[in-house]
Amino acid sequence: MNQTILQINDVVKRYASHTALDKVSIDVPTGSIFGLLGPNGAGKTSLIRIINQITGPDEGSIFLNGEKLKPQHTELIGYLPEERGLYKKMEVGEQALYLAQLKGMKKAEAMKRLKVWFEKFEIIPWWKKKVEELSKGMQQKVQFIVTVIHEPPLLILDEPFSGFDPINANLIKDELIGLSKNGSTIILSTHRMESVEELCSHIALINQSKKILEGTVKEVRNTYKSNIFEIEYIGNNIAFANGLWTGFELIETIAHEDHTIARVKLLQNKSTNDLLNAILPHANVLGFKEIIPGMNDIFIRAVQENKQEQSMAK
Amino acid sequence: MNKIALIIKREFLTRVRKKSFIIMTLVGPLLIGLVFLAPIMIMEMSDDEEKLIKVVDEAHLFREDIPKSKKILFERDTMPIETAKKIFDSEKYTALLYIPSNILTPPHKAILYSEKQANIEITSAVERLLQKEIENAKMIANNINEEMLESIRTRVDVNAVKITETGEQKSSAGIVSIVGIVSSLVIYMFIFLYGAMVMRGVIEEKTSRIVEVIISSVKPFQLLMGKIIGIAMVGLTQFILWVALSLLVTTAVQSIFLDKDLLTQKTEQINSISGHTIDENNPVSSGGNEEIVAEIFDSLSSINFIHVFLVFIFYFLGGYLLYSALFGAIGAAVDNETDTQQFMLPITVPLILGIVVAQSIISNPDSSLAFWFSIIPFTSPVVMMVRLPFGVPLSELLLSMSLLVLGFLFTTWIASRIYRVGILMYGKKVSYKELGKWLFYKG
Repeated sequence: MNQTILQINDVVKRYASHTALDKVSIDVPTGSIFGLLGPNGAGKTSLIRIINQITGPDEGSIFLNGEKLKPQHTELIGYLPEERGLYKKMEVGEQALYLAQLKGMKKAEAMKRLKVWFEKFEIIPWWKKKVEELSKGMQQKVQFIVTVIHEPPLLILDEPFSGFDPINANLIKDELIGLSKNGSTIILSTHRMESVEELCSHIALINQSKKILEGTVKEVRNTYKSNIFEIEYIGNNIAFANGLWTGFELIETIAHEDHTIARVKLLQNKSTNDLLNAILPHANVLGFKEIIPGMNDIFIRAVQENKQEQSMAK
Repeated sequence: MNKIALIIKREFLTRVRKKSFIIMTLVGPLLIGLVFLAPIMIMEMSDDEEKLIKVVDEAHLFREDIPKSKKILFERDTMPIETAKKIFDSEKYTALLYIPSNILTPPHKAILYSEKQANIEITSAVERLLQKEIENAKMIANNINEEMLESIRTRVDVNAVKITETGEQKSSAGIVSIVGIVSSLVIYMFIFLYGAMVMRGVIEEKTSRIVEVIISSVKPFQLLMGKIIGIAMVGLTQFILWVALSLLVTTAVQSIFLDKDLLTQKTEQINSISGHTIDENNPVSSGGNEEIVAEIFDSLSSINFIHVFLVFIFYFLGGYLLYSALFGAIGAAVDNETDTQQFMLPITVPLILGIVVAQSIISNPDSSLAFWFSIIPFTSPVVMMVRLPFGVPLSELLLSMSLLVLGFLFTTWIASRIYRVGILMYGKKVSYKELGKWLFYKG
């Protein structure tokens, strides 16, 4: 079995005034939900457009299922662009049918599957309506359906939750999980880190046209783990602080009505057991946990570190 | 290929089902019928009432009753002109014609009194009448009798005959140029109307952002070609429906409204348009009319209609394809229709130039001006159609046609390169320099 559905090798894309992608290589594992992250203007859209063969790379190559990207591959990909769009004057059902056929589906088959999706999303009554008569959320639903209708092995979704209310966002999220379980690989480009944490198994971070981070969410988090622990306790704060005299750094203490929360960083080779041994004589510990950085923090730190490195290099 | 067919189908169906298309298709022939009918209706209306003119003939110019001319009746009165003026009954008479006794000596002046300003029709009818009568009187005074007079009056008719390989063919410059100019105007309008439709279609896809979804399924070139071909089919459909409905409407109109009399008048009209001068003093007899009708049919048959029609369809489509690709490129380069102005100029100038040249070369369809403009692809669709009915050497026609095909391939190449970059470019005012750069972007 091929473990990598999409292999991006040293892709370079230059525009007249700047380089959008600078030797970017990413492997997207089959069956993963892959978060493609990066600040605005980092080059995500350029990369997505290259994968969709909307534009071509200046250098580098891309393999889908081990084959070099070719025009027929567009039928294996479902693409939801960030800027949504449908023909406003066209009827919803007719339009969905048209877009499904453009993806290579037979008319009858497309019709059958569309009916199922329309029913699932409760928009059957809108089949004969023009797109411009629909609310924005409803248009988004139609757009989502036409993206997944041909059941592509690879889905590329750019900000799939924008424009949805929380209920419909959940509906889409559940559909994505369902599609993933059925074997689809999903590339998710988003700025909403909570959905990355919730959905993604792998991520790649692009900043200033370079990939600066790639791996499973777990790996990435472990890399950015900073050995900080949160201790909830009752006891004398001064005695507590004295106990952490060597080998630890007390970052902050927050006093609550009947207890205190302290954040402590392990220094040198100290282990969590060392920390516990140091504080147990001075405090009645109520809770103890490691602070694992959220994707949000990782994102910000990675981008800032990258910035510093670059300014140092200059 | 299958996907282009899908795109063509969508472009065609969405437009043909639009209310505006259906309305235009139905109203168009009515408008054409109206244009055809309006002069006849106007003539009919103004001719409705008979006009009565009182004549005081002091010169005794008319010995017998004054002949009725068209719808004007003359009534003689012997009372002196001063009295006649006083008792002039404007209810009954349209005008009072005073022929002074010195009418036979220059400057041959008569006076037409009327309450309202006498219209040109009446004035010229009276002038013709007097002129003829005075001439007759003078000739008789000079001992020229009626028989001699008749034998002197001459009507000259020059028949243009084209020598072709198959033999001689009668031709009439007038009719031939009408066929030419009408078809070139149709091509001109078609290019503008449907080229702009391609442009608006591209802008619509760009501003609604659906274009990114579509070009993730098909190549931008396929989308552009599908759109151009689809809209060409819309245009052809509309054109064919117009021709069919117009024929229907005009035949219906003719059979309902036109009696034979009016038909003759109409042929006279066509004659005067086509450059036949009608001798004003000598209104053509009914025999002459028949001759002219026969002549029209003769010269119409001198045009090889199948040939003209096939060439017309070729230039109709060729011209449209050449320009619509460029229109599409413009649509891709801008964000909304108001920004299209700056790029429209290079497209409109050759077309308008073509129409201007077309009108001037009717009089000389074999000039070198006509030759060059009918060879250059940007003007040839408009100009060649004017030349064609006069006969164009096959070699020139083939040269022009193949250059048009090459021109089409060239503009489509340019357009598709601008298009594929432009459709993904938002919120940027584009300059010509920028467009030039787009041509050389890599896929």
